[in-house]
Amino acid sequence: MEDIEMMYQENILEHYKAPHNHGRIENASVHHHEYNPLCGDEIDLYIVIENNIIKDVKFYGRGCAISQSSASMLTDRINGKKLGEIKKITKEEILEMIGIPLSAVRLKCALLSLDTLKNSIKIYEGYVNNHNKNSKNDGD
Amino acid sequence: MFQTKTLAKNFVSATKFFDVESIRKDFPILQRKVHNKPLVYLDNAATSQKPKQVIDAIVNYYNSYNANIHRGIHKLSEEATLEYEKAHEKVAEFIGADGMEEIIFTKNTTESLNLLAYSLTLSLKKGDEIVLTEMEHHSNIVPWQQLAKQRGLAVKYIKINEEGELDAKSISESITQKTKIVSATHASNVLGTINPIQEISKIARENNALMVVDGAQSVPHMKVDVKSIGCDFLAFSGHKMLGPTGIGVLYGRKELLEKMNPFLYGGDMIREVKFDGTTFNHLPWKFEAGTPNIAAGIGLGAAVDYLNKIGMGKIRMQDKELTEYAMKKLNEIGGVIIYGPKEERGAVVSFNIDNVHPHDVSEILDSEGIAIRAGHHCCMPLMKLLDVQGTARTSFYLYNTKEEIDKLIEGIKKVKKVFGV
Repeated sequence: MEDIEMMYQENILEHYKAPHNHGRIENASVHHHEYNPLCGDEIDLYIVIENNIIKDVKFYGRGCAISQSSASMLTDRINGKKLGEIKKITKEEILEMIGIPLSAVRLKCALLSLDTLKNSIKIYEGYVNNHNKNSKNDGD
Repeated sequence: MFQTKTLAKNFVSATKFFDVESIRKDFPILQRKVHNKPLVYLDNAATSQKPKQVIDAIVNYYNSYNANIHRGIHKLSEEATLEYEKAHEKVAEFIGADGMEEIIFTKNTTESLNLLAYSLTLSLKKGDEIVLTEMEHHSNIVPWQQLAKQRGLAVKYIKINEEGELDAKSISESITQKTKIVSATHASNVLGTINPIQEISKIARENNALMVVDGAQSVPHMKVDVKSIGCDFLAFSGHKMLGPTGIGVLYGRKELLEKMNPFLYGGDMIREVKFDGTTFNHLPWKFEAGTPNIAAGIGLGAAVDYLNKIGMGKIRMQDKELTEYAMKKLNEIGGVIIYGPKEERGAVVSFNIDNVHPHDVSEILDSEGIAIRAGHHCCMPLMKLLDVQGTARTSFYLYNTKEEIDKLIEGIKKVKKVFGV
């Protein structure tokens, strides 16, 4: 199989054409938007969090096959998981999950959903900390 | 066998304006392979490749007479100064300016436009208007927009119609007595539209507004004469016209440049400096502060020589033929949307394939050795108007062939196959 066909293998294209967890959630605990100006990839992530556990997650996005399929796979991966565990997800894990060789330029596409997720959690935790009137600053 | 024959026939018809095969031999990079396939370079609107004549001129400067200009009283400095000034003269002649006083070397079109945005808005009053168009590159929006914010000026945009051309009514309605500056692109880097700059200049003049033209996409591809288009300023880049990166041009009418304030201050732009004041150097050096990119300036001079040798008229005809051929072939494939006017356009074709993101198109084409551009092309407001995230864009230059366009078409068919669309 040619490299390029390996890159756009069935798995990626299936997620791209019929993404999992696609849509919006009204009254989500946190909603965050990220944009990759290089490609114009966009991801809106909606997460419902209860007791530090992700109860529901959806994303709405437009972009290339790599960015959208990675968002689809990542939302599958985090549903029902604890925030502490999610914060530990590394770039390498995402690349492994996607399972295809990527050029340096396309890494940004692949990692957009992880960036969106990490920033969403930062925003959520910042919000919770403020509202607990807890002066302790964990620092981001 | 039939296929080969067809390709050969097309190939010949594309070469009737000049000998493309011998031109290709001047460009060392065209020998390169990408992913084990011959390079098909179709990203010329981003930057062009460089002929060995340009590369040699740069190497020769560094090897034989590298020195600072306008400074040393020694042989090398004298030679460097002479060649650097000669490059200004070549550019002046190339665009029909009245001598090198009207030619300022900058680092690129963006810097040329920033210089103007800064210097021309100094004398404007609150409420004065600047008119741009909806198809401008970020470099012809952001400088004006930011300076307008600082100085309380208004920015208006001439609308585009469905064909991707400037709307005639919007041109005449946007430019009024309140307008002080009109800045418009000569040729769109996305739509390929060639704008009626001559008429816009006339309307600007009738309203006592200054006319600025972004020639980044036109000067490399057609004969642009500043007098016949009637502009006050023209900005363009060396690297899109066979020259090196790091060198751009700002043409300005001498009487206007003389009145304008410099954008950058420092060495070489002065005549006399005292602790309490400075008199500025004469044109064009008043606007070229500090040691310039001497090698790139000399390289641009060599690029102008190269283009002159072939002839801008012939280059334009070749561009047209390649563009028409590409549009015809793209139209024959189903599910491909082409943006911009159907006829009389520059050597740029932007398109999208249904349900495939342009970055994925570009990635798959790259695997075939084909280089195109994908994305928003530094025209986010225009992308919003077209209601797309981005487009794929193929753009041609004098070394491209119909055979290469055939490869592009095969590549696009492959994209459709991979994505099952």
